Amino acid sequence: MTGYIFRRILQAIPVFLGTTFLIYFMVFAMPGDPIVALFGDKTPNPAVVAQLRAQYHLDQPFIVQYLIYLGGIFRGDFGLSFSGEPVTAILARTFPVTARLAILALLFETFFGILVGLVSGLRKGKLFDASSLAVSLILISLPIFVIAFVGQYVFGVWLGWARTTVSSGAPLQDLVLPALVLASVSFAQIVRLTRASVIETSGLDFVRTAYSKGLSSRRVIPVHILRNSLIPVVTYLATDFGVLLVGATITEGIFNVPGVGNTLYQAIIRGEGPTVVSFVTVMVLIYLVVNILVDLFYGLLDPRIRYVK
Amino acid sequence: MSSNPTGGPTDVTPVGGRSSTHYVAPLDETPLVSVDAVKVAEKRSNLWIDAWQDVRRRPMFWISAALILVVALVALFPGLFTQTPPNNNCILGNSNGGPADGHPLGFTKQGCDIYSRIVHGTSTSLSVGFIVIVLTTTLGILFGAFAGFYGGWVDAVLSRLGDIFFSIPYILAAVVIMSVLSQYRSVWSISLAIGIFAWPSTARVLRSEILRVKNADFVMASTALGLSRFKILLKHVLPNSIAPVIVITTISLAGAIVAEASLSFLGVGLGSNIMSWGNDINQAQNDLRTAPQTLILPSIALSVTVFAFISLGEVVRDALDPKARALR
Repeated sequence: MTGYIFRRILQAIPVFLGTTFLIYFMVFAMPGDPIVALFGDKTPNPAVVAQLRAQYHLDQPFIVQYLIYLGGIFRGDFGLSFSGEPVTAILARTFPVTARLAILALLFETFFGILVGLVSGLRKGKLFDASSLAVSLILISLPIFVIAFVGQYVFGVWLGWARTTVSSGAPLQDLVLPALVLASVSFAQIVRLTRASVIETSGLDFVRTAYSKGLSSRRVIPVHILRNSLIPVVTYLATDFGVLLVGATITEGIFNVPGVGNTLYQAIIRGEGPTVVSFVTVMVLIYLVVNILVDLFYGLLDPRIRYVK
Repeated sequence: MSSNPTGGPTDVTPVGGRSSTHYVAPLDETPLVSVDAVKVAEKRSNLWIDAWQDVRRRPMFWISAALILVVALVALFPGLFTQTPPNNNCILGNSNGGPADGHPLGFTKQGCDIYSRIVHGTSTSLSVGFIVIVLTTTLGILFGAFAGFYGGWVDAVLSRLGDIFFSIPYILAAVVIMSVLSQYRSVWSISLAIGIFAWPSTARVLRSEILRVKNADFVMASTALGLSRFKILLKHVLPNSIAPVIVITTISLAGAIVAEASLSFLGVGLGSNIMSWGNDINQAQNDLRTAPQTLILPSIALSVTVFAFISLGEVVRDALDPKARALR
């Protein structure tokens, strides 16, 4: 197991270096001079421009800029945004909001997804199964912003049950609707995964043994079938949590949630290179760490994986 | 079974009845002729014929195929479906107006005909979808095939390279690329921005399939026959591992259409001079309260198109994968 952990972490290092380099390269290939853009219509003082350029290391060659930046990351310094605020401070403000939203969405999709998937799998081919498969196909086909707008219109405007946008401070009750929207697509995937897994497990010998021992289905279904069907679902959930922490840009934008995705999007639109690089780097870091944890967890559950060279 | 060509004791009463003669079981022999006969008329079966036999019996296949046919017709010949120009002759007096004579779906905020804009937006979505899958399939096959077949350091390098592109959420990456390419916003540049980060999934699927196929007996047989490694990959391994690639290609076509609409919706996608459902949804979002139809109608067109490709992909996957078939 130690060797497996070591190998897995070793593999992540080139990926991390490659990803940060790629992002850095893309962002700094952006046209336009960000320093000049700071001054808007005014003609900037050349001395001030030179000083700012030196401050952001923009006067150095590209590769040196990247190395300076990389050195900063290892010291926990992700640089300053163009408004002068440290990127870590912006993250400290926005990340809890996104995390709250992601956890809420994860709770929704886990609870409803496993419930519907379990019932579907146990009643394979029946009406409930057919309709839950149809609903999951439709949910997968709907782009997230369509779901968001329909949710906003139906629950926010029409029924008036929820606020259409999140108020400042992002209280939990305002996050329910965005979290439901965010959960909808993964919900469909979890229903399918659970269903497939439950159908597979129900046909196994130990389930038949359990029934023939005279156990009631009230015991066999949760203890024997469900528990043994959850391995692929748990893996998916862990990966999805990483995705939720990272990729809620559109939903956060539509519901005006002051989270990481929304802030990042604003920074991209304004052409704030350093902020973009730092945010994406942190996101990729989170994503990589979550993925390593998932793999380790999976290796723990299934010995076949950790012994594969 | 019932026919008895050898002429056994057919006159014997079964065991249950009372009879003086003892019971002799009937000879059950399959005539040799029927065993030996080569069934010349019977078609040879393979994965693709089996899949077709399975797919043609599923209503979902015909529904999605019909939808795709209609969408393709609209994309290729928009003139057959509407005569109203999508961008010209927009009258602001009609802003957010309901259906009128010759304008069955009403008007956008700018007073343009919604139906015509939806019809003319179809080809944009489909073009982006097709360019992206050409890109992802080419890159995915190159990377996946070499990584899976040659293994070793080739696999290590190519797979880590794929991981790098895979670790950046591709909507975010596309947003960054599109801001870099803000001067060159076109169907081509947006397809490039999406495709360059979407190919690792194709490569991963192909790689794991090739890992499975490359140890098959027919590969060893071709090695024994003296075929070069590259020819074995090209002629034997690749054709036998392409099935999952076809499935993921259909589904990523749908994904690319969604990605284009999302980017246009975020305002970093196609320019406003290009007809795009995502642009129209973006334009309509501020009027959600007063004129929801301007947002809902292009959303429906988008969702139906995506639905058609995703359900086609799923039907094909079920047909090509016996394990998925068992779940139905």
